[in-house]
Amino acid sequence: MHGFANPKRFLSIANWLTPLLFVSGIVLSAVALWWGLFNVPPDRLMGDTVRILFIHVPAAWLGMGGWTAIAISSLVFLVWRHPLASLAARAAAVPGAVFTAVCLATGSIWGRPTWGTWWVWDGRLTSMLVLLFLYFGYIALAQSVAREGGSSRIPAIFGLVGAVNIPIINRSVVWWNSLHQPPSITMGKSAIDPAFLVPLAIAVLGFSLLFGGIVLARMRALLADIQADARLRRKAMGDEALA
Amino acid sequence: MKAKHQRLVLIVIALVALIGASLLAVYALRNQASFFYVPKQMVESPPDVGQAVRLGGMVQAGTLKTLPDGVTVEFIVGDGEQTVPVRFAGILPDLFVEGSGVVAEGRLSADGTFVADNLLAKHDENYVPRELEEMTEHQRKQVVAETIEGTAAKAPGAP
Repeated sequence: MHGFANPKRFLSIANWLTPLLFVSGIVLSAVALWWGLFNVPPDRLMGDTVRILFIHVPAAWLGMGGWTAIAISSLVFLVWRHPLASLAARAAAVPGAVFTAVCLATGSIWGRPTWGTWWVWDGRLTSMLVLLFLYFGYIALAQSVAREGGSSRIPAIFGLVGAVNIPIINRSVVWWNSLHQPPSITMGKSAIDPAFLVPLAIAVLGFSLLFGGIVLARMRALLADIQADARLRRKAMGDEALA
Repeated sequence: MKAKHQRLVLIVIALVALIGASLLAVYALRNQASFFYVPKQMVESPPDVGQAVRLGGMVQAGTLKTLPDGVTVEFIVGDGEQTVPVRFAGILPDLFVEGSGVVAEGRLSADGTFVADNLLAKHDENYVPRELEEMTEHQRKQVVAETIEGTAAKAPGAP
């Protein structure tokens, strides 16, 4: 574990892992989307609108997975003080927010023809919207800490506290009556026919690999930023010493 | 005890307290945060007549009929234990069929009929291709029955 906390060793791995994740993620996502959008049969009730499943579900998974990554990284940062863990949390926030927004948008578009409404304030939809706002708060907080200075512990604590929402999103359709249907996949059982499940699984895997690639690329960019800053500061101090 | 172990213990205690607090909050919200009444709740402790509420359940098979005026429909919504008659005048959502889930927005009238202003179709968690529909008819009925049981079981009291 401590081995990965070394930025040099991290970069030597991330340098080849990033393009690998990007290429495999894009290929798998493209295959899954082509399969899902053009090659699955229509659903018995929803007809062709079922095809939005192949974007909606991976986006929901990564919206929640992104915050889970923030929470775990924040825990590692708070306990072991690994600076890379703090960077990982910051790097996961923007893609997590984007996927959450995609999930909400596709869900809304899907809700209109199937439920008969763009939006309702039921447990699942509301808790997912709260997740999007948590992301906005986290991004703003982490940015201001990075720019204005201040303890990186503040966004880390926010990341941990916000994780309380994740099990609430997951259980919202079980605890409360909601318009959103209960989970289709539970503990090894699936109410989704294999004709839909196989491309869905590929889409989730492909989107996840892509997400991993984005996080690594952003971590490398953040590291480069910090190094450039440090170099400029050293240079400025050197110039002052000469003058 | 090393500093990082201290931090770990502190954070774990804080997280446990936080999770405990949110579980309590969720438990308190258990009924208020529900999106709709199920027929059992509607019958056993009905909301005030005229109060805007939602009713959710399964459209009972064979109960959907159109009144002579051509735009008003009546049907019975059930949860496996109780049933509530519903009246609605307007355009039905595409997914609205007998035997499927529905959420009706409206109010209870004095004669016990639920008068809906708006109907939302509730999709279940099953995704089945059209071609396989006949093959899985029996299975589907089973799942529908299970869903109804689950809905009734998690409605211990009135909101």
